[in-house]
Amino acid sequence: MRVAVVGAGPAGVRAVEQLVRAGLRPLWLDEAPDGGGRIYQRPPAGFTRGARALYGLEAAKATALHATLDALKPVTDWRPGTLVWDIGADPRQLHTLREGRAAAQDVDAAILCTGAMDRVVPLPGWTLPGVTTLGGAQIALKAQGCAIGRCVAFLGSGPLLWLVAYQYMKAGATIAAVLDTTPFATKAQALAGLPHDPATLAKGLYYVARLRAAGILVAEGVTPLAIEGEGERGVTALHWRDAAGRERWLDCDALGLGWGVRPELQLADLAGVPIRFDPVQHNWVPERDAMGRTSVRGIYLAGDGAGIGGADVAEMAGACAAQALLADAGLPADAALVRRLQARLRRQARFRAALERAFPFPAQLAASMPDETILCRCERVTAGELRAAAEPEGPQGAAPEVNRAKAFTRIGMGRCQGRVCGMAAAEVLAARLGCGVAEIGRLRGQAPVKPLPFIAAPEAEEAA
Amino acid sequence: MRLVRLVDQDRPAIRFVLEGQDCSARAGDTLLTAILAGEGSFLRCSEFGDGPRAGFCLMGACQDCRVVVEGLGPVRACATECAPGMVVRRA
Repeated sequence: MRVAVVGAGPAGVRAVEQLVRAGLRPLWLDEAPDGGGRIYQRPPAGFTRGARALYGLEAAKATALHATLDALKPVTDWRPGTLVWDIGADPRQLHTLREGRAAAQDVDAAILCTGAMDRVVPLPGWTLPGVTTLGGAQIALKAQGCAIGRCVAFLGSGPLLWLVAYQYMKAGATIAAVLDTTPFATKAQALAGLPHDPATLAKGLYYVARLRAAGILVAEGVTPLAIEGEGERGVTALHWRDAAGRERWLDCDALGLGWGVRPELQLADLAGVPIRFDPVQHNWVPERDAMGRTSVRGIYLAGDGAGIGGADVAEMAGACAAQALLADAGLPADAALVRRLQARLRRQARFRAALERAFPFPAQLAASMPDETILCRCERVTAGELRAAAEPEGPQGAAPEVNRAKAFTRIGMGRCQGRVCGMAAAEVLAARLGCGVAEIGRLRGQAPVKPLPFIAAPEAEEAA
Repeated sequence: MRLVRLVDQDRPAIRFVLEGQDCSARAGDTLLTAILAGEGSFLRCSEFGDGPRAGFCLMGACQDCRVVVEGLGPVRACATECAPGMVVRRA
């Protein structure tokens, strides 16, 4: 039986671990040059920081995951640096790109552990040099030892906001401010649900306390108005409004922003897995059962790509998806392990729901962005142009959903395929049409899921 | 945009070429780091005339950090290690 695992983050590592335990030698692919995923990404050779400096309070988990990852590489068909850019139905095929060479891999089943990326809200000025996602700011530090600027502001909401700011502080970066768009009251109300995972809660409170103790400006319930700057110089200031309604300017030369994360679900989409809107996560997520099974035979999902749960959940979900695959294939499965993991996953789900309530996606901020804001940064489509596509008086009538609006405006048609702007675009369109964001739909996945070089030729043709 | 080298920077110096200019980087730098921690300040100009861009997600998803490397063609600067002698143009 030929099984593929796409992704070598926390979910992928634990999935492969179970497959190998059962005697399989899976094909294991990751786009990055090494495994670990984004959360436990390792710097390239030559960097010397230890796990404690790189991963802080998560150092033990990172070290354990890396040990398993490295032990599994020689007993699997491990192919790092390999992009899976499409997935075919019958026969089941993964279309890959490695070092400029395209190839197709026949498989009987696949576990997709494709992870997540930052969920962002475009602001005026967000295309200026110096603006990155929170995840990007973290990667600059973790994988390259760099800060994104001399004086960095952090803006957004969610656990990553505080974690990245804390990591920058620890590394000696200058932090202009940490600005949270969620009002304190929203978080306090949701705290009632958080004690399901007191360790995670304690970590969050610790980061906030340390930042405040260092005298860093920390504000909650803020409204960002615009990022200011010019040309090659990039960011010079953030214009924002505080909770009391006062307009303020913050001098900074870089800004990390983000509002939680969203699943990278393009491959599940292309495989034919139904996608639904999850109102609690405020994300489009692929449909799967608690074990990671989908309605598409042979396709299993785990980790943040299957709906946001974070790294701990991803490790458990990866093992479960592998166990589901083994059971479905009639191979020996570990029922006791599954029972234990499923009980822990159910507890984590309650914690996650509370976390989503504590850090809700700022739908109104997205819906109300000024007309002149560049909404789609790939194709330079403004919010005003998208709103015009919702006008019934237009030559083509009103676009009733986001894919029609894409055809009218080119929004989401660029190289990122709407990964970055899609969620905010849906909010803008929904607000203008007066309907819910779930009714607006989502930008359908298209192969290749990431750009391929024109020179990419199939390996077979190359040989001929 | 200027990336600031904070920690873990005791790595051998390497040279690469950006827009015909000889530039310095460190072994293990991505092209994005090599350019933005040096004098590069940006990675490309938006083809729609709205100014310079310098990447956004740094994890290979947004495609905003595209540069052109001789022999490789267009690549994501955030996901491409800077090799000694690389000849790079802004896309």
